[in-house]
Amino acid sequence: MDLKELYKDVIVDHNRSPRNFRKIPDATRIQEGFNPLCGDKLTVYLKLDGERISDLSFEGSGCAISVASASLMSERLKGKTVMEAQQLFDRMHALLTREDTDSDLESLGKLAVLSGVREYPSRVKCASLCWHTLKNVLEHPGNPPVSTE
Amino acid sequence: MNARRDSLRNPAPMPGFDAPRWRRDFPILRQQVHGKPLVYLDNAATSQKPQAVIDAVADYYEKLNANVHRGVHQLSELATAAYEGAREKLRGFINAASLKEIIFVRGATEAINLVAQSYGRSRFQGGDEIILSEMEHHSNIVPWQLLREQMGAVLKIVPITDAGELEPGAYEKLFTSRTRLVALAHVSNALGSINPVKKMIAHAHQHGVPVLLDGAQAVPHLPVNVRDMDCDFYAFSGHKMFGPTGIGVLYAKEALLAEMPPYQGGGDMIRTVRFTGSTWNELPHKFEAGTPNIAGTIGLGAAVDYLESIGMLSIQNYEQALLEYGTQRLQTVKNLKLVGTARHKAGVLSFVMEGIHPHDIGSIVDQEGVAIRTGHHCAMPVMEHFRIPATARASLAFYNTREDIDALVQALEKVREVFH
Repeated sequence: MDLKELYKDVIVDHNRSPRNFRKIPDATRIQEGFNPLCGDKLTVYLKLDGERISDLSFEGSGCAISVASASLMSERLKGKTVMEAQQLFDRMHALLTREDTDSDLESLGKLAVLSGVREYPSRVKCASLCWHTLKNVLEHPGNPPVSTE
Repeated sequence: MNARRDSLRNPAPMPGFDAPRWRRDFPILRQQVHGKPLVYLDNAATSQKPQAVIDAVADYYEKLNANVHRGVHQLSELATAAYEGAREKLRGFINAASLKEIIFVRGATEAINLVAQSYGRSRFQGGDEIILSEMEHHSNIVPWQLLREQMGAVLKIVPITDAGELEPGAYEKLFTSRTRLVALAHVSNALGSINPVKKMIAHAHQHGVPVLLDGAQAVPHLPVNVRDMDCDFYAFSGHKMFGPTGIGVLYAKEALLAEMPPYQGGGDMIRTVRFTGSTWNELPHKFEAGTPNIAGTIGLGAAVDYLESIGMLSIQNYEQALLEYGTQRLQTVKNLKLVGTARHKAGVLSFVMEGIHPHDIGSIVDQEGVAIRTGHHCAMPVMEHFRIPATARASLAFYNTREDIDALVQALEKVREVFH
């Protein structure tokens, strides 16, 4: 597999200039995520307007894969409903961990670039940290930090 | 000299050491990774095994396999002789005074846990102090933290400088009337720093305090003489010194071992067992409960033979020259910063690159066939000191060459390309 499959331009770009990399001062929910294996740390800020995610942001430090994944996630889910976010988590989880390819990769848009990570088992956790953190904050607000080890 | 086009690429002649010849003894190094020749620079994590070690393990299972110290049959006697023969090899290798002082364990980690749980637990009281350093591997921190929970022992930490050396004068100041043990890395796994252990041991002994050295990163790379250093305990792992995994050694002075209670109970470590009470076997068997890792021990003995056939002093000198070359070459990579620049260093090159996470470095150089370690190297306090989450680490062995370093530098240029 070529390196370019993992470090696609979209990933390099979102690592260099992550979108929504900021605090939300009046966030409805805040959740920390941590990957003790590599030291990746991030905080997800979520602002809910009823069932709708009116704002989503993150802060933290990590490798290019984890930062790009969080950036792409925040970009994609702003304005979506909690239900839509949960459905997207399931699809991303499958994309990152399962052999069978998503039949509708195109509808994932830019997020499809993360499919290359599947070929690098040691890096799957980097890409999935933000998604697990999001799932946790949607389902169990106020939990201790999420760990992907 | 005129033939040398570029003084930086060829900074100094390598000592007369035929690394490519030794490299041929390691079958695993002949393979390709991602279609590129394997460049193995993760020796501080584990080393590769020469054919002689692989053969010794296979031979044991093909010709000698039987339990040791038990049977009267021929195979058991042969297996026992091979197992105890390995103990003699290890004794000679580190110049211990007696076979009673060589305890086979699973690795350096188990050796340190043994000392903490047997020596520490039987001798220390609440408020007793153990001196560690900030550069310790987790395996020389956590066993003492467990003891802290069990006994109320107090841990005192020698800080490190930004070069990765122990802070001058800090160690001596930590001694009090409650100091009971010093537990210190001989060589740091994350930074490569070689500590001035002989002087530090002499100082501890002036206070009547014994010293444990974690020698996991020293034994494979430099001559170790426990009697010359006068350390009280010395722990090391077989797999980092070209032997099998799951085998290691605790060296301890006989007088200390004689006083220490057993670490684990079971077969082989007893003399008599009655339900009213049991008596212990003599040293070193008192500390080797259950059927040991016989194949691993014999394999480790073969690794000692192999290393002695090369000579530890030659290995040390060669690796020193290779380290100097690697240090100079890495410094030519733009925005790369070495972490750990102690004056006395073993072959460890830890580094970070500005704006690029170590894990991305690791994945990209792997695609070029170059195996390095990335992460906190089981030394989170070291990472905390430098305020970084992780480093990339290339660690050398005697089978590495300048070409391996060049391949790493070339792969790092690829990293810069990806992240331009």
